[in-house]
Amino acid sequence: MENETILEVREKDGLLILQGVIRVPYTWAAGAVASRFYAGLRDRRIYGIRCPTCRLVMVPPKKTCHRCFGDLNDWVEVGPEGTLQTFTVVHYSEPELHPLRAPFAYGIIKMDGADTGMTHLIGEADQRALKEGLRMTAVFRDKPEGNYLDIRYFKPVKGAK
Amino acid sequence: MGTRTAIVGVGQTHHTSKRKDVNGQELISEAVKRALQDAALELKDIDAIVIGNMDHFEAINNVDCWSIDGSGAFMKPIMKVTTGGSTGGTLGSCAYYHVASGLFDVVMAIGWEKNSESDTQAAISTCADPIVERDFFGGAIGPNAAEYAMYMEQFGATQEDAALVAVRDHNNALRNPHAHLRKFITVEDVMKSPVLCWPIKLLDSCPRSDGACAVIYASETTAPKITPNPAWVHATAVSHDYVYFGDYDWEMMPTLRTTVDRVYGRAGITDPLKDVDVMELYLPFSTCGVVWMDHMHMCSLGDAPKLIRKGVFDMNGELPINPSGGVLSTNPIGATGLIRLGEAALQVMGRAGERQVGDVRTALATAFGSCYWFEATVLRSTKP
Repeated sequence: MENETILEVREKDGLLILQGVIRVPYTWAAGAVASRFYAGLRDRRIYGIRCPTCRLVMVPPKKTCHRCFGDLNDWVEVGPEGTLQTFTVVHYSEPELHPLRAPFAYGIIKMDGADTGMTHLIGEADQRALKEGLRMTAVFRDKPEGNYLDIRYFKPVKGAK
Repeated sequence: MGTRTAIVGVGQTHHTSKRKDVNGQELISEAVKRALQDAALELKDIDAIVIGNMDHFEAINNVDCWSIDGSGAFMKPIMKVTTGGSTGGTLGSCAYYHVASGLFDVVMAIGWEKNSESDTQAAISTCADPIVERDFFGGAIGPNAAEYAMYMEQFGATQEDAALVAVRDHNNALRNPHAHLRKFITVEDVMKSPVLCWPIKLLDSCPRSDGACAVIYASETTAPKITPNPAWVHATAVSHDYVYFGDYDWEMMPTLRTTVDRVYGRAGITDPLKDVDVMELYLPFSTCGVVWMDHMHMCSLGDAPKLIRKGVFDMNGELPINPSGGVLSTNPIGATGLIRLGEAALQVMGRAGERQVGDVRTALATAFGSCYWFEATVLRSTKP
């Protein structure tokens, strides 16, 4: 077990309580489809994939349509703008898990040309003014590396209602 | 007894050390599509799905939910089953229970693993008691090494006897296009390979594989419409012990004995050497291929090495074991037990290609996992 920390704590009543941390190393192959999607983000482009049978454009793209179980190969670029479908503002802090300090917002953005939404953080926004239907655009990192956080967050499009 | 049930389709990926080109869902989908193709069925014909892999592997939980794209379970009843190394056997039992209950007509079992993305030993260790056993006895190799050390001392078996089993399984894999390790080896190669946990050496040991397998079960009325040669389930049995390696009866193997006694009894098998045509056994180490033969009633206690030296379990022997190459050649853990069932079914259906063993009327498949948990299934070409 890598980096397991065990503290034996003897309670006053004589009962032994073990405290441990189990760390299980792993890797995760994104697969060829997701890899191509991430390569697109590196170029500041967002790609989806269209199901030839269901006609749905899925973003992020996937290899198999969950409805008809068909193979998907039809790549389409979506965006660059999208619509906020729903959101929440997080008010409590969970430093081990959260990517940002509270309060922060995240939501689901459906890119123009896509039929499924992307979940992502929302930035550069008045959190009290967020509402469904708001037009949003992706803000990329200065130096994209080819992963999902190349999009730092989505922000409201200036002048849009 | 419930509705009579048969295996009607089998699909598996090619198994290898690392599948970087696909993620877990995509790996699963390959096996599912091949099983559907094998049975000439469409996804809409599948009434329910059971899926499983190892706990704490791949850093993913709720495989029943996140794998939907690959399993095809969108809007279908799906449940996750996991019992450690025996998961694949349990998946088969669970699919069988679904159909035998009469509530579902066609059910698919899916087992999969990406061992390359997991720390096998670290994850497996979490099954052992955290205070007493986890640090040293919790991994996969230690208990089986201790088992064979005891057997050698008691009956005069040798490391070469185990090496003969390794040679048999590894070289059988040369006939199996799906197998992970496909390399001709000799007893000398095994004896020279690095010691992992004495007396178990590298070539006595199963690999860690990426792969998936799907097996389709159907009811008495539907199975004959799908294939003229279904593999009928005649008996299944499961025996689980509690989790404490220090208190296992290593000399009498009660879980293995109970499991095989149950399926032999239910299927009317009195002499397995004569009554069974082929076996696909979950032998994670070559040493198990020696010790466990005694407890499967192939011979008297301590006599297994004699049968092995005579080649009784070789491809051209009286009772071929692991024509697929077994676990020693292929081990995507959550799929491994299900591959045994799938391979046994292919033998009964006469569709095992180059690894087919003559005319198979009766086949037995087993699964093994965690702290000496055993599962077994008897399949036949005739209806029960």
